Amino acid sequence: MKKPIAGGTNGAVVVALPHPGTRRARGLTRFLESERLLASLLLAPTVVLLGTFIAYPFVSGVWLSLSDTSVGNVGHFVGLKNFAKAWDDSIFQQAFRNTFFYTFWATIFKLALGMWLALLLNRSFRGKRLVRASMLLPFIIPTVLSTFAWRWMFDPTFSVLNWLLFRTGFIVNKIPFLSDGVYGMWCAIVVNTWRGMPFFAITLLAGLQTINPDLHEAASLDGANGWQRFWHVTWPLLKPVTLVVVVFSIIQTFSDFQLIYVLTGGGPANATHLLATYAYQVGVATGLLGEGAAISLFMLPVLFVVVWVQLRYLRRLEGA
Amino acid sequence: MDVKSMDRRYFLKITGIAGILAARQAPAFAQGSTLHWVRWVDFIPESDLELKRQMPEAEKALGAKIQFETINANDLQPRITAAVQSGSGADIFNFQYNWPHLYQNAVIDVSEVASALSKAEGGFYEVWAPSCQVNGKWLSVPHSIVGNAVAYRKSWLKEAGASHYPKTWDEARKLFAGLKKKGKPYGQTLGHTFGDAPTFTYPMTWAFGAAETDKSGKKVVLQSKGAVEAVKFMQGFWKECCDEGGLAWDDTNNNRAFHAGEISATLNGASIYIVAKRQKDKIKDEKGEPLFQDIDHAPLPAGPAGGYLLFLNQSHAVMRYSKNPKLAKDFLTWLHKPENYGKWFASQEGYSVGSTHKWENDPMWGKLDEPLKMFRTAARNTRLFGYAGPSTAKATEAFTKYIITDMYAKGVQGMSAEDAVKWAEGELKKVYEA
Repeated sequence: MKKPIAGGTNGAVVVALPHPGTRRARGLTRFLESERLLASLLLAPTVVLLGTFIAYPFVSGVWLSLSDTSVGNVGHFVGLKNFAKAWDDSIFQQAFRNTFFYTFWATIFKLALGMWLALLLNRSFRGKRLVRASMLLPFIIPTVLSTFAWRWMFDPTFSVLNWLLFRTGFIVNKIPFLSDGVYGMWCAIVVNTWRGMPFFAITLLAGLQTINPDLHEAASLDGANGWQRFWHVTWPLLKPVTLVVVVFSIIQTFSDFQLIYVLTGGGPANATHLLATYAYQVGVATGLLGEGAAISLFMLPVLFVVVWVQLRYLRRLEGA
Repeated sequence: MDVKSMDRRYFLKITGIAGILAARQAPAFAQGSTLHWVRWVDFIPESDLELKRQMPEAEKALGAKIQFETINANDLQPRITAAVQSGSGADIFNFQYNWPHLYQNAVIDVSEVASALSKAEGGFYEVWAPSCQVNGKWLSVPHSIVGNAVAYRKSWLKEAGASHYPKTWDEARKLFAGLKKKGKPYGQTLGHTFGDAPTFTYPMTWAFGAAETDKSGKKVVLQSKGAVEAVKFMQGFWKECCDEGGLAWDDTNNNRAFHAGEISATLNGASIYIVAKRQKDKIKDEKGEPLFQDIDHAPLPAGPAGGYLLFLNQSHAVMRYSKNPKLAKDFLTWLHKPENYGKWFASQEGYSVGSTHKWENDPMWGKLDEPLKMFRTAARNTRLFGYAGPSTAKATEAFTKYIITDMYAKGVQGMSAEDAVKWAEGELKKVYEA
């Protein structure tokens, strides 16, 4: 005797027929279940974006640097001629040195002052939140606007800073803020520090807040003073965050453009030209696109080394 | 015919679609016949207002929409480069100096418009052909020339014992050394800026008998006694006579410094006088009188080799990527019609002179104040950079890199005159002889 099949009705066999849309749904399910396909699908928008906005301009830039392309003229392959010409160019050499000088000192100041500010803001005081929020203002204001304000403050004729210093008896003659090459470079470093310090401070503050207060308490009980607590407790734990923020800052400062363009235009006599501003002058203003691209590509190996050192160091820290 | 009886043919007829289909082309407006025109921000704001006022009239005359945009002069070249490389942007750009040489493959031949204009107005000034003609073709239509002269304070110079503006650089040095001691220095930029810096430094070089290249334009000849003497002179003039903040000035700083009574003289267009007069209630001298009454103009003094001038000549080029080249040319023709151009020209009050001799006889000159009348014939005598060779794209490259200006800037900042000239010679060789 045949036993009724479970689910059967009156002993009759009921066969579940496939729904018309089921085959397609199963195909979709299989597709979605395939990790490789799904991953490709999800990554596709990012790949397209990166390809369009990073890879294509980069490859295009490399091609330009190897060609004699100028504005309105089709370029021909010239090998490394543009790089050789730039290396032999005294303005390029000056811009190259300036870029290192500017990046080095601006990063040092941003780190030192940012750390100091972060340590202050990590304390409890009335109005802490308001101070923390307002500290970000230099970082929020568009660089061009804030640099214009600084430019007016450093104006060779109408500088409010000179006026203030003169009125208070600190100076007899005007300080040539932007009209002297050395002063001009330090003014640019000051503005960059003013603008970039909040980024350091807020990032380091976030790092400080992850440090367990018990560690400081324990160190205090062991008789450690403020400096010892910072050096032996805070600093080692803050090192990974510091390293990341320093590397980001080096990349941004090394390729800085807006600030110099607005503040000094690279002058006087190229004393404040950076690689980015000189590349712009040669490539965009003069129209020598190939030479401009070669100048800007000189930044690549330097930044590559910086990132490589950072990744290597972070890996070592993780392994420790 | 009522709606029910309207057939397909009738419908097409009344909606004009039949015509479009027949022509296989949209009517002018539907083609998106918008013309985009980019010019510098004029130092005489009223002139930009006049052009804006004229645009609806141009639109009506040409049957097209015209978008008029003004940008900072220092941003013109970056904007042109971006437009050319992307193949999109303004149809017409305001060119300066000899830019048609630099952008010769990115613009179209406008000989038709330029030649007609020249013919109608009795010929262009000499400076135009080497500036705008490449291989015998006009690549931009000459528009106007911004003359320059030294604007100075009459009363201050009189107090210092000068009955007239110095004719030579040596006289000028003596005069302004005394004025600087009284806190009334000469104002001059040696910064990276397109107008007031090169229009001073190139003529200074020529005045001492030096030149960038020989007549072929292929051999750099800057390294010379004249160039060294010019830099040496500038070193002394700078220290003894000038506001040393000028190293960081752009083209606007000297205007503001002059209006504020900070400097006694400066090389500029007529805008210092014109703005001071138009804002006479605001811009006053130390006695509270309108400042413009105390301003006069004089040409740059002569050096041992004579006196020379470099003026800012402005033209208009139609870009090769433009989808409306005919419309663009028609617009330039319309712009130069005497009844249109004349209104703009009058608003300049001598700040710019015309591209042809005809405008020297315009009744406007009779109405101008005496200090502005010297600009009337200014355009007759101007040299171009690249001298003694032709003003080619290489000359523009050297100009845009501020090599001549930086030669002086390095000199006044402490580099020896010999080294400054040697540096500039080396940089020029990389441009002209590469």
